Amino acid sequence: MFIEINDVNKQYNDKENRPVDVLKDINLSVEKGQFVSILGPSGCGKSTLLSIVAGLTKTTSGHIQIDGKTITKPGKDRGMVFQQAALFPWLTVMENVTFPLKKEMKKKDAEETALKYLQKVQLGKYISHYPHELSGGMQQRVAIARALAMNPETLLMDEPFGALDEQTRSRLHGQLETIWTETKKTILFVTHSISESIKLSDRIVVMGTKPGIILQDITVDIPRPREEHKKEMLEIEEHIMKYLKKEIDKVVSEELQYANSH
Amino acid sequence: MQTAIKRIIFFAAIIAFWEIGSRLEFWHPLIFPSLSSVFSALVEGFQDKTLIYDLIASFKRLAVGLTISLIIGTLIGILLGKSKTADETLGAVILALQSVPSIVWLPLAIMWFGLNEKAVIFVTILGGTFVMALNMRTGIKNVSPLYIKAAQTMGATGIDLFTRVIFPASIPYVVTGSRLAWAFAWRALMAGELLSTGPGLGYTLRYASDFGRMDIVIGVMIIIGAIGMIVDQFIFQRIEKSVIKKWGLES
Ligand SMILES: Nc1ncnc2c1ncn2[C@@H]1O[C@H](COP(=O)(O)OP(=O)(O)OP(=O)(O)O)[C@@H](O)[C@H]1O
Ligand SMILES: [Mg+2]
Repeated sequence: MFIEINDVNKQYNDKENRPVDVLKDINLSVEKGQFVSILGPSGCGKSTLLSIVAGLTKTTSGHIQIDGKTITKPGKDRGMVFQQAALFPWLTVMENVTFPLKKEMKKKDAEETALKYLQKVQLGKYISHYPHELSGGMQQRVAIARALAMNPETLLMDEPFGALDEQTRSRLHGQLETIWTETKKTILFVTHSISESIKLSDRIVVMGTKPGIILQDITVDIPRPREEHKKEMLEIEEHIMKYLKKEIDKVVSEELQYANSH
Repeated sequence: MQTAIKRIIFFAAIIAFWEIGSRLEFWHPLIFPSLSSVFSALVEGFQDKTLIYDLIASFKRLAVGLTISLIIGTLIGILLGKSKTADETLGAVILALQSVPSIVWLPLAIMWFGLNEKAVIFVTILGGTFVMALNMRTGIKNVSPLYIKAAQTMGATGIDLFTRVIFPASIPYVVTGSRLAWAFAWRALMAGELLSTGPGLGYTLRYASDFGRMDIVIGVMIIIGAIGMIVDQFIFQRIEKSVIKKWGLES
């Protein structure tokens, strides 16, 4: 397997310094080239898991291997797209996308590469704009181009379209699908939108909360383009809904308890 | 436009009150000279070039003092922002020193360097350094963790991470720090010149005062204030505004 997540546990300390389980016994194997969605209610540890794969957060126990190598720190083999675009405001679009290429390429080559990926997200005309001159959706596309430009084997995406409106989001789904078909990256895609995960992924890993565990591992065997298979998509959606409802109820009742006790 | 009109009316009223008051001798001209005499003192000063030499001398000292204070302040700020130990020890001292008006260092400076230009420049440097250091420190501490994380996933570490991400991300604080450093250094310089030797705006001010030339005193005060305001409004506030916009810090 390409990505191997083995017995990963993560604890954070709460205000009284007691350890709280955020991720518990996470085991997951992902094949090369697979598009995997990680789906779960807010606070279940999706971002934490992705951040561990990125090498930005340490596990409490357990380890992750990619292509046989254990992850200890961030690396260019894993491109990350965050919920906020995380572009550098003092750099132009072009300079942002060439940021990871500066060391290994000549300026001209870096700019050619960057332009290629900016064109893939339809932003070839905006290379000399600054991030503050772009809309949220455009910024997120630049961030995707930036992650792709360093040609990582794995693409980690943490609710990349979470902050966008429905139409923009739907357009970006199409673009992402095309990019994925062309480049065959392995993608870990965090989302809390069930329909988004069904629309995009080969496989949906459903997580539960408190502690974060893997509840279900669903293979989505619907041919693409999936718009033409509304019925199958709906079936899977209902199935997941039923599962997640219990989890969401759990979150809600905990929040009520918390509210009552304070 | 509204503000501009209000301002013009306001200043016209002050000027009118000043000039009419002087002419009707509401107060003795020795206590507060008339606007026209201040004006002619200024014209005379510029014509015989004394004020021009003063301006050049003051600006030379300011340029040297402010440059040094910005460099030292930036370096200290980086140290405080990056090292917790330095912040907990040296940081506390800098914070205390920042609340001491730098002119109180003049007696020591005179002991060390003599009653000369060096002592004045030293006081000017102290005027700007601490506020620059504290702003730089805040800037580094406030860099969004998201930028750092993003840069790390793109292979940036160590010095590379600092020069390409952390420092540029804190530029808005560098600009604010420089603006405040300029303001403090300018005040410190004037105070230093007042108590030290010439040429310089501050020196001319005291010299005029010794000879009871209140028209020159007020003229020089106006110059000092006008320069302070012009540099602040037309240079620093403009840079600050455009940086805040570009860095996406507008609310
Ligand atoms: N640095 C931290 N210190 C302490 N607790 C943390 C920290 N980071 C995350 N947590 C806790 O870990 C849990 C999981 O957080 P995480 O951000 O991974 O959730 P998530 O599934 O991504 O949620 P969302 O969908 O809202 O983004 C939360 O309860 C959060 O409070
Ligand atoms: Mg999250």
